[in-house]
Amino acid sequence: MLPPFSYVRAQSLDEALAQLGASDTRISAGGSDLLGCLRDEVFTCSKVVSLSRLDALRGIRDDGRGGVRIGALTTIAAVASDPVINQRYPVLAQAARAVASPQLRHQGTLGGNLCQKPRCWYYRGEFHCSRKGGSTCYALAGENQFHCILGGQGCYIVHPSDTAPALVALDATVQIAGRGGTRRVPMARFHVSPRDDIRRETVLEAGEIVTAIDIPAAPRGLRSSYRKVRARGAWDFALAGVALALQFDGATVRAGRVVLSGAAPIPWRSEAVERVIIGQALTPEVAARAGDAAVEGAQPLKRNGYKVPLFRGVVREALLALAQ
Amino acid sequence: MPRPRPTADPAVITLEVNGERCAVAFAPHKTLLEVLREDLDLTGTKHGCELGECGTCTVLLDDAPVLSCLVLGLACDGRRVRTVEGMAEGARLHPLQETFADLGAAQCGYCTPGFLLTAQALLDANPRPTRDEIKAALAGNLCRCTGYLKIYEAVELAAARLRGEDAEPARETLYGRR
Ligand SMILES: Cc1cc2nc3c(=O)[nH]c(=O)nc-3n(C[C@H](O)[C@H](O)[C@H](O)COP(=O)(O)OP(=O)(O)OC[C@H]3O[C@@H](n4cnc5c(N)ncnc54)[C@H](O)[C@@H]3O)c2cc1C
Ligand code: FES
Ligand code: FES
Repeated sequence: MLPPFSYVRAQSLDEALAQLGASDTRISAGGSDLLGCLRDEVFTCSKVVSLSRLDALRGIRDDGRGGVRIGALTTIAAVASDPVINQRYPVLAQAARAVASPQLRHQGTLGGNLCQKPRCWYYRGEFHCSRKGGSTCYALAGENQFHCILGGQGCYIVHPSDTAPALVALDATVQIAGRGGTRRVPMARFHVSPRDDIRRETVLEAGEIVTAIDIPAAPRGLRSSYRKVRARGAWDFALAGVALALQFDGATVRAGRVVLSGAAPIPWRSEAVERVIIGQALTPEVAARAGDAAVEGAQPLKRNGYKVPLFRGVVREALLALAQ
Repeated sequence: MPRPRPTADPAVITLEVNGERCAVAFAPHKTLLEVLREDLDLTGTKHGCELGECGTCTVLLDDAPVLSCLVLGLACDGRRVRTVEGMAEGARLHPLQETFADLGAAQCGYCTPGFLLTAQALLDANPRPTRDEIKAALAGNLCRCTGYLKIYEAVELAAARLRGEDAEPARETLYGRR
């Protein structure tokens, strides 16, 4: 049973923005994460504003400059099967296909996937943890086998999204509407580390709505991929994953981004790996050094030490596969 | 102390359920799963984890499989819902229902309605799925009893029958390998 709330299905973006504002008014896109949070009483909610009628926020369009604009309400399934995304940005298509289960990919939206709440079982459970305004991260001394090895401080979640690391790798930009107008935030700055603010996962202010995600034109020689390791064959969140978007000139990596999932409280751009591979051909030796660089400075917790060799291997394998 | 649960004014929506239009009134915070089971008395749709993890609550919403535990009833205003009750035509079972029964693809049966609808959506879109395509389509439905093999075989047999082939289950499907 969900706690009671009132429900508004906005007919326009302006109406949706006008309906938001109070801190316990919540946006529902597909609702697949929101309803789980409400059921688990992760936060309170007196009013749900549904965006599902806002057809203008749905769909994938060419932006006329070689890039694409993906409406925030586009389903993950639609992203996964879109021919342009598959052709130009395999990393995003592969990440979308790696999200959850078929039903959830159909229900969930890209905007919702970026804004979803952490999956830490203490956060989702009956624990008043730091992220919920308490003073303890229960994972630190608790069951932390699925928590972070990089970037934790006061809170040790991993960011659950598969699409976010792909979009950081592609240098995408988030388009955000608020009552005062719109603003654009690069994906690399959209998620908030607990070091900066333990109470929030994104830079969104109350009353703001993500309307679209813009991906720039694929640069010449771009090759990209998303590799995700799960604890089992069917759906699950990433134990370790890596999004690669690299520009090649022949066999040599000219530029690009490497972003880890399942590693840190935010999609984790690994400049350490980028430094190893840029200017190099991806030989087995370079790939192995890159794998080592991925876990440089990692601080595993009591039960997630396995992630260190796992990331080493995943990064090495993904680089070698992309070099093929 | 349990939190107080004030009652909200009921909302009224119209939707099409298994081919019939109906109006239904319920509290705005009810999920489609609850509306189907409690307000429309369609208890074929099962209530499992309510967290999106098991798939037993799967129904078809405008022909696509969704988890009814993670959809608000209010979000279904004006839409089409198909539940397991809508699969048979009169006394004639859907081929999937027949093959699930014949091949032992249902044991305790709790997961079955969800599998049937997910499989129906697959076969509507892809009449000749490979084993891997079947596995991928059914990956969001969990079964604790069958070990899945019988389910895949039942979907394959139903697919053949839906294509009009005069298919019979393989001997080893019924009696095991010797
Ligand atoms: C069992 C299970 C397994 C899963 N596995 C994975 C996985 O492997 N990988 C993965 O990436 N994800 C996974 N997920 C998460 C799932 O993909 C998300 O639930 C989904 O993407 C959320 O999209 P939605 O449209 O349903 O969001 P909603 O539930 O509607 O919203 C999610 C949150 O974002 C806010 N929000 C939504 N849209 C906007 C917007 N446009 N602007 C501002 N705020 C917004 C909402 O207020 C809410 O807080 C899993 C979920 C479940 C239940
Ligand atoms: S009851 Fe809906 S997925 Fe388990
Ligand atoms: S038959 Fe018992 S869970 Fe599938």
